[in-house]
Amino acid sequence: MPIKIRPLPALAAFLTAIALTGCGRREAAPAAGVAATSDYQETLMAALLDAKPGDVIELPEGTFSFDRSLSLAVDGVTIRGKGMEKTVLSFKGQVAGAEGLLVTASDFTAEDFAIEDTKGDALKVNEGENIVIRRVRTEWTGAPKTENGAYGIYPVQTTNVLLESNVAIGASDAGIYVGQSKNVIVRYNRAEKNVAGIEIENTFDADVYENVATDNTGGILVFNMPNLAQPGARTRVFKNEVIGNNRANFGHPGTPVATIPAGSGVVINSNDQVEIFDNDIRDNKTTNVIVSSIHSSGLSKDGMAADFDGYPEGVYIYGNRMGGGGTNPDGLDLQTLKIAKFGPLGALPDVLWDGFVNDSKLVGGSLPAALRLCVDNAGAEVINVDAPNRFKAPALVTEDVRCSHEKLPAVVLANGIGG
Amino acid sequence: MRLVVAAFALLLGACSREPAAPVFHSEGYPPQLSDWRLMAAQDGVLELNPRAIPYDLATPLFSDYALKLRTVTLPEGAPAAYRDDDVFDFPVGTILSKTFYYPQASAPWTGDVSYGVSPTVEGGVMPLNGVRLIETRLLVRREAGWVAIPYVWNEGQTDAVLHRTGAIRNLTLHRPDGAAEDFAYSIPNQNQCAGCHATNNTTRALAPIGPKARHLNKPSTFADGVNQLDYWMLSGLLAGGPAAEEAAPRNADWTDAASTLDQRARAYLDVNCAHCHSDVGPADTSGLDLRPDVPFGPKFGACKTPVAAGGGSGGRPFDIVPGAPDASIFVYRMETTRPGDMMPELGRSLTHREGVDLIAGWIAAMQGGCAS
Repeated sequence: MPIKIRPLPALAAFLTAIALTGCGRREAAPAAGVAATSDYQETLMAALLDAKPGDVIELPEGTFSFDRSLSLAVDGVTIRGKGMEKTVLSFKGQVAGAEGLLVTASDFTAEDFAIEDTKGDALKVNEGENIVIRRVRTEWTGAPKTENGAYGIYPVQTTNVLLESNVAIGASDAGIYVGQSKNVIVRYNRAEKNVAGIEIENTFDADVYENVATDNTGGILVFNMPNLAQPGARTRVFKNEVIGNNRANFGHPGTPVATIPAGSGVVINSNDQVEIFDNDIRDNKTTNVIVSSIHSSGLSKDGMAADFDGYPEGVYIYGNRMGGGGTNPDGLDLQTLKIAKFGPLGALPDVLWDGFVNDSKLVGGSLPAALRLCVDNAGAEVINVDAPNRFKAPALVTEDVRCSHEKLPAVVLANGIGG
Repeated sequence: MRLVVAAFALLLGACSREPAAPVFHSEGYPPQLSDWRLMAAQDGVLELNPRAIPYDLATPLFSDYALKLRTVTLPEGAPAAYRDDDVFDFPVGTILSKTFYYPQASAPWTGDVSYGVSPTVEGGVMPLNGVRLIETRLLVRREAGWVAIPYVWNEGQTDAVLHRTGAIRNLTLHRPDGAAEDFAYSIPNQNQCAGCHATNNTTRALAPIGPKARHLNKPSTFADGVNQLDYWMLSGLLAGGPAAEEAAPRNADWTDAASTLDQRARAYLDVNCAHCHSDVGPADTSGLDLRPDVPFGPKFGACKTPVAAGGGSGGRPFDIVPGAPDASIFVYRMETTRPGDMMPELGRSLTHREGVDLIAGWIAAMQGGCAS
């Protein structure tokens, strides 16, 4: 097995090829006559290494193969393709690297290209401000399966984030996942055939609107997990279509999303001050909205910081159009409960609450008003499934939880978008 | 101490020739490794410049069984400043080099490699007989900070050539038990150097990882009878350190049966994981912190649920399930070679079986389990 040293002239040719084509704009184009495949890997890697703040790295039309991760560590760079169906970065032959494109920089914009079939995450931004990802498609082609990478579009520990008009397909965790971030807008995206369509986790101030989440295991998730640098609160989920998220869970056992029942529309777990309103949430066969605590998520008490608040508090659900859900819940507990309480042809109500309450915060036997679950949604019933007592005494609590909270303000990004 | 001085003098005496001094390039990326004059491969040996001082670590990072020759070169008369817990404070003009190489499993070179005892370096000379040089990575301390520059050794093994975008080398490892395993040896691109060396993901400044007191505090491999930290101080590489090596922190040699299992496991996790898994590293997103002074608990992985591991969970519930290595994500992520699942994420495509055995044994020896 002789080892081939890649001829260096390729680099030299590239250096002359990146003549500035405009104001800080670099055309990272494959050399003429070169098959647009793996040779482009070197070209794009070098362009990412040599990028300067203010540069626009233009990706040409075509499908390009990569066997290693790409990474960008320079602030102020835009990567722009010719369209999410026209410029495709394929990682089918990837042998190294935990993501397709890893960005560790601020003032980053990605637009108009696709990342396909990465071994791990597709597009990860690890720590940065002013992140824009628009009209990007992340996809695992073929039937959705457990071997697919975890996250499609994955900003984590970021501030002022705009994710819009993206398409995320086939992730074995979440198609679009925002973690440990602040000030976030997720809008006009489409997430399908993922375990979780869109997930907001340990994030402060997120607006999630006018997205479509369909054919996932769970449509839109708002979670808090223990042991992380920040908890999260204040997410608004509105004007979304969360329809028919009934795909069998193909997440990796052991990961938090692997516990999501197939047929979950919107799921709030352990997060606080979450507002769900004006959405169309339909035909999710476990139930359309789930409000739950970390204590029904299968985590170990030994593995949680003692001060972690695992209760969803100040959740407010109102004005959604819901229906067609709860007909065939996933999992023995909920299936048994449904049949016992609503009959074989019945359905679980539109809103399901696991029933966990933080006893240490009770005042005179009830939670302070600001911490309560409020559901004031015409036509929707609410069930407390009594998970703390192993589903012994499930009960409809629609009237008990009819209340309201002060509405959250709209998120406005540093660039003025939103509001 | 007299013995120490004598050994030191002996070492200097061996280098009586006076080759040209190393060249510190304060900017740019010189196209050849030889442009730095740190080492020269000729006449069947790799000869270090007398000012490129070899050193090693008590427990090193695993890199697909590659052997490593590390050197430190400082500007004349400018020692690094000792720090107890962090990497030493090196002056502008410092050049650290790390050369990755394998014993060849056959001659001529066929891409077949084995692993085992490192060839000895005596008087700054390492014999290259039966050895294949793969790459040399430099960490250079410039005015604005550290810069990583990767070089790949050429086919003729005469020099290494700048290769900023990295590369894959398809090799075959022959294990001591006779098993042969094809693997893709990954030479990192310059950004991937930062994947490990930008140990603070907020400032993103690059820093060395190895030259910390706790990694260097061991008997010197290159000067007989001397503690390596003492050697650094005696030879003017380091200033401000404690008078006795006992006063400095010390990591175990992960293979040293005289150390406790806990010391060996923590030393292994420190050097293989903690540059990312710290309170400020790129993996602080996971909430897992494997620095050596972190007490055993959820932060160190005990009964901790993964956050964004994806397939990295291996279908297992917690990072560490005390007493149950086969139920622990740690062991899965070390065993697997799937690029999206394995740890570390970079720099390995083989399973470090001996490392897995260490960590699995450490977990197996724990009491407990995880309460539901």
